[in-house]
Amino acid sequence: MRKSILIIILFLAQIPSINGQESRMVPIKEGTFVPLYGATAKKPVNVRSFYIDVYPITNSEYLSFIKKNPSFSKSKIKGIFADKSYLSYWKSDFDFGNANPKSPVANVSWFAAKKYCECQGKRLPTMDEWEYVAMADEKKIDARTKAEFNKYILSWYEKSKTYENPIGKTFQNYWGVYDMHGLVWEWTADFNSIFLSGESRKDKSQDKNLFCGAASVNATDLMDYAAFMRYAFRGSLKAQYSTRNLGFRCASTTKL
Amino acid sequence: MKKSIITFFILLVTLQSCKDSKKEATKPVAKTKEITDLSIYNLPSQWTTQDGKNIELKSLKGNVLVMVMIYTSCKAACPRLVADMRDIEKKLDLKTKKNVKLILVSIDPKTDTPQKLKAFAIANNMNQNPWIFLRSTEDNTREFAAVLAVNYKQISPMEFSHSNIISVFNPDGELIFQQEGLGVNNNETIERINQEAQKI
Repeated sequence: MRKSILIIILFLAQIPSINGQESRMVPIKEGTFVPLYGATAKKPVNVRSFYIDVYPITNSEYLSFIKKNPSFSKSKIKGIFADKSYLSYWKSDFDFGNANPKSPVANVSWFAAKKYCECQGKRLPTMDEWEYVAMADEKKIDARTKAEFNKYILSWYEKSKTYENPIGKTFQNYWGVYDMHGLVWEWTADFNSIFLSGESRKDKSQDKNLFCGAASVNATDLMDYAAFMRYAFRGSLKAQYSTRNLGFRCASTTKL
Repeated sequence: MKKSIITFFILLVTLQSCKDSKKEATKPVAKTKEITDLSIYNLPSQWTTQDGKNIELKSLKGNVLVMVMIYTSCKAACPRLVADMRDIEKKLDLKTKKNVKLILVSIDPKTDTPQKLKAFAIANNMNQNPWIFLRSTEDNTREFAAVLAVNYKQISPMEFSHSNIISVFNPDGELIFQQEGLGVNNNETIERINQEAQKI
């Protein structure tokens, strides 16, 4: 009995800390890894130590950003910075309607996400940084070879509407970061450095002309299908795009 | 302690700079037209030319812009991209050519200093109108590429992989046409540039 009360108290004590510290960051230690894409000749990429948000940005956090920066509201944002689907599930400029305040904000363009982070004195994580954090499960820095880990990610890809869930309900990984998998996909600073076979709609024989050096940017392990999906998705994005299952979180090189 | 004060001030400055500036709204309306929603002139980034001159993209307003992203130490595609740009220049309508700027934007600002761009411009006989070379910070470059839907990635200290796209902007700075690939037929590109240049 006493134990369960204690648990309840501990649980209650945690709620305000989660509420108040959505923008909390944790340090990520320097390390190397071989990303699925982008390494030359399968050489490991070095990721310098940095800080990353524990959670993706929520609807309520995004709302307070828009209140300070109305030019990024649904009706005011310039066409060059976001397409028509920008915040499409919001009711109006300063009202996210029925969406959960603690759910990740989605339907945001890369420009808007970038601006949001800049306003916090932060930046978007690079793709290498994001993938480096995302390869950790609860216990290991690199869990990519674990079958269950890959199964977990792939089974999420099949679930619908996970973007309606609140933040912090998936597992906490080795670094103390939540929701890298299982909630929403996330923008990265250099999402536009992906070279898959051009656009899948295009004639493949043209690729040699579309991309210079494409041959040296090959996949390192095609078995990693989950990561392949992420890179393919990024490769299909343009900075003005916004979709319902794409959110973001911020990073920082220095401690804030 | 000192460091944290400095950090605090830096943070203060960045936080302020990200707020919507109200000053611009109160500025007296100049005779120039407002910048349209889809215009690249909405980008506040600063760029440096091969002559070391600092400019905002806005200063190019009123011209038809033909832009391509390259890096000067490139051995593979860029020489061909540059050749494609020269070919476009050769075919432009002489009567309206003065309204067109052909711009090469560096995707390797670390290496491509203004001096380096200048040397490249001279070596390729492109150090005069209508040619302009531009470089900025890596961040601004990434953002500009995002607007152009140009993808690029550094794959080794000296090499970048990048999309081969030549973009055409109207005098308002709106993207109106893109030519993708190397050595492709440029009839439509020329036609669109000449059409827009005639309107000025």
